[in-house]
Amino acid sequence: MHKIVSAIFLAENIKKIEIEAPRIAKKRKAGQFIMIRVGQSGERVPLTIADSDPEKGTITIIVQGMGKSTRELNTKEAGDTISDIVGPLGTPSHIEKFGTAVSIGGGVGTAIAYPTAVALKEAGNYVITINGARSKELVILENEMKAVSDEAYITTDDGSYGFHGFVTQKLQELIDSGKTIDYVLAIGPIPMMRAIAEVTRPYNIKTMVSLNPIMVDGTGMCGGCRVTVDNQIKFACVDGPEFDAHQVDFTNLTDRNKLYLPEEKKSAEAFAHKCNLQ
Amino acid sequence: MATQHITTKERFAIPRQEMPAQKADVRNKNFKEVNLGYTPELAQKEALRCIQCKDPACIKGCPVNIKIDQFIKLIADGNFLGAARKIKEDNVLPAICGRVCPQEDQCEKTCILTKKHTSVAIGNLERFAADYERETGNVELPTVKASTGKKIAVIGSGPAGLSCANDLIQLGHSVTVFEALHELGGVLVYGIPEFRLPKEIVKSEIDGLKKLGVNFITNAVAGRSITVDELLKEEGFDAVFIGVGAGLPWFLGIPGENLLGVYSANEFLTRVNLMKSYQFPENDTPVFNCKGKNVAVFGGGNTAMDAVRTAKRLGAEHAYIVYRRSEAEMPARLEEVHHAREEGIEFLMLMNPLEFVGNEQQWLTGAKCLRMELGEPDESGRRRPVPIKGSEFILPIDMAVISIGNGSNPLIKQTTPDIEVSKRDTIVVDMNTMATSKDDVYAGGDIVTGGATVILAMGAGRTAAKAIHEKLTGIETVQPV
Ligand SMILES: Cc1cc2nc3c(=O)[nH]c(=O)nc-3n(C[C@H](O)[C@H](O)[C@H](O)COP(=O)(O)OP(=O)(O)OC[C@H]3O[C@@H](n4cnc5c(N)ncnc54)[C@H](O)[C@@H]3O)c2cc1C
Ligand SMILES: Cc1cc2nc3c(=O)[nH]c(=O)nc-3n(C[C@H](O)[C@H](O)[C@H](O)COP(=O)(O)OP(=O)(O)OC[C@H]3O[C@@H](n4cnc5c(N)ncnc54)[C@H](O)[C@@H]3O)c2cc1C
Ligand code: SF4
Ligand code: SF4
Ligand code: FES
Repeated sequence: MHKIVSAIFLAENIKKIEIEAPRIAKKRKAGQFIMIRVGQSGERVPLTIADSDPEKGTITIIVQGMGKSTRELNTKEAGDTISDIVGPLGTPSHIEKFGTAVSIGGGVGTAIAYPTAVALKEAGNYVITINGARSKELVILENEMKAVSDEAYITTDDGSYGFHGFVTQKLQELIDSGKTIDYVLAIGPIPMMRAIAEVTRPYNIKTMVSLNPIMVDGTGMCGGCRVTVDNQIKFACVDGPEFDAHQVDFTNLTDRNKLYLPEEKKSAEAFAHKCNLQ
Repeated sequence: MATQHITTKERFAIPRQEMPAQKADVRNKNFKEVNLGYTPELAQKEALRCIQCKDPACIKGCPVNIKIDQFIKLIADGNFLGAARKIKEDNVLPAICGRVCPQEDQCEKTCILTKKHTSVAIGNLERFAADYERETGNVELPTVKASTGKKIAVIGSGPAGLSCANDLIQLGHSVTVFEALHELGGVLVYGIPEFRLPKEIVKSEIDGLKKLGVNFITNAVAGRSITVDELLKEEGFDAVFIGVGAGLPWFLGIPGENLLGVYSANEFLTRVNLMKSYQFPENDTPVFNCKGKNVAVFGGGNTAMDAVRTAKRLGAEHAYIVYRRSEAEMPARLEEVHHAREEGIEFLMLMNPLEFVGNEQQWLTGAKCLRMELGEPDESGRRRPVPIKGSEFILPIDMAVISIGNGSNPLIKQTTPDIEVSKRDTIVVDMNTMATSKDDVYAGGDIVTGGATVILAMGAGRTAAKAIHEKLTGIETVQPV
């Protein structure tokens, strides 16, 4: 059992949750994740470790309510408990001094990109961050990102805040301005990551993405999280989740993530119904 | 009950007692155990068939050399608890082995009666004695020796880890088991289905270990949450036993394997058994909806049988086993093959998948297969299947389960490079002690042998426990009773 220390909404439907997990807090590195099982009948859900406090023995996750499990998690408050947490899982982000590194986060992907942006800064990179959201209310971690950035940009699809447009457009603008960019990390919805890969491909800029296939165990035992990278099967939970964006088969990932759409809908509806009754 | 005296003629006239089972057309729709177990009457009758050989050949067939003649005699005499305890001198998980051992290749194969009649049903009797002891609430906790002050870490809670922990705790050591998943038991809980091995039985064995003082830590992945070196250097463990199993599913490596509806057996069985997705949506984890669908499982081992029978129970219209050799070569336990056939599983032998095909939405619609025929025997002595030219056809299926075996999970190897591994990534050990190339680190079970059996994993755990004990205390011992 893990106790929740604090839980606050950062934006509608996006909650920041700090949980007691001393062993994980001590060990985790940027780019790693946990699998969490909210209750005894719960599924195992992968979530990135956004931050940790080894002294306090806590880790922080930032969760977007998508379906049953993440919405249920987002009903939790300080003092509540979580059945199971396992981690840190996945291969840590490869961090070195690249020179100029651009960290791009789309939606809740910003939370996943954040710890790696911190590590890139600590490694001595000139860090540029671009954080995209649909509109102003959905922008998260603005101050945190600013604090680790040499240049920080916000983009919104509707233009309600920052740059009006997509993160890809902002990245293209930076490239066009003649800046040398040595490294790009892009984390967000699959279409966004795919589009970023196409922006950087002609310039041969090393680009990494963090993939989010459906997972079960998170330890390499089931192969459910398999993705195709450079025409080879990789298990995202042990070989990833970060991969070279120019080698990833995004189409297959998009398709495979639709595997349980009818079941997810059923589960979410049952959960909404239960919430309404309470 | 007193010993029943019967003549040799009467003895030989007793037929092998069938194991009562749920009816095939009932059980293929539920997840309750297929076999119902012997009644005391049936058990005694079966036990009477054993001629009590002077030099029992059956014992040589059992990897842990259970005193089979003696425990069967005790059953014949009506001393069921005595029988259970006699078995436990050599096998700490008899209720499990009685159910899942491939007896026809082990103890029952070498039983003297096999030649003339049919062998004594040793597995069924072993199961009976263990169930009797548990169900009547008569399981006695063994005594634990005075504390030695030594601390041992066991990684993995499958049969290898559990049996190692069991022996070490009884010898007076402090034992902590680290398990990656949120539940204990390894393949016994995430792989082998409820209808073959009720999870209550595994749980009761583990509860016994908890009562003896074994400390279990779930959600702890060695190589990620903690490394072997940290256990030895920072956490003060005197020795480490690695029993992490063979947990990396192999795929066929043919086109279309990433289509929607293609699973590894590990994923399919984990979703159903561990995550209980057969009770979706009460449990959150979904699994492919097999109802009315055609499902093919590729492979011929126990795992394949478990997967195909699971698919049938989830409502599959057609549930096929597709195997590239002939039925005689299938490595699965005979009883499982027999049960599967009764349940309506269709066996497509001598057939090799070439490619999976799908629709526009990338859902699987079929498997392109090639028919084979048996050619010359290969190195293993099995006749090698060779393709029949031009025999390709498409088997229409909605779901495919790949069950062609497992390799080794890379986590331990990556984080403990000083443990020697083979070309196949299994851990190399001295088979007499299970010691690895790294000081104070031992390993056993599937991580050493590759996918094998429960009883071999158990035996390896016990061998390691004995060696660890001797190393840490400098005392020679016999295995604890
Ligand atoms: C390595 C990794 C790190 C992640 N980190 C975060 C994070 O920090 N914060 C966060 O909010 N989300 C993160 N995710 C995504 C998160 O795991 C999914 O949103 C969640 O599992 C959905 O579960 P659900 O029951 O709420 O929704 P469901 O009803 O199961 O699904 C809703 C939608 O989410 C997609 N989905 C389902 N399961 C998964 C899954 N396991 N992974 C990805 N998408 C899925 C489905 O395609 C569907 O469109 C991460 C995923 C991975 C693989
Ligand atoms: C579906 C199926 C059916 C089978 N049927 C039979 C049968 O009928 N009869 C028979 O004799 N054998 C059968 N087998 C084989 C048998 O189950 C195995 O040989 C046996 O379980 C091996 O035991 P083990 O202890 O070595 O490993 P496992 O049982 O695999 O246990 C290993 C444990 O270690 C954990 N682990 C893995 N990595 C780590 C890590 N890094 N850190 C911490 N923990 C870790 C795993 O989660 C698991 O719990 C079957 C196997 C399968 C998959
Ligand atoms: S443990 Fe297995 S091989 Fe040994 S006697 Fe029992 S059933 Fe036979
Ligand atoms: S070989 Fe068969 S008949 Fe002989 S003791 Fe063993 S079980 Fe009994
Ligand atoms: S989630 Fe099972 S192998 Fe990655």
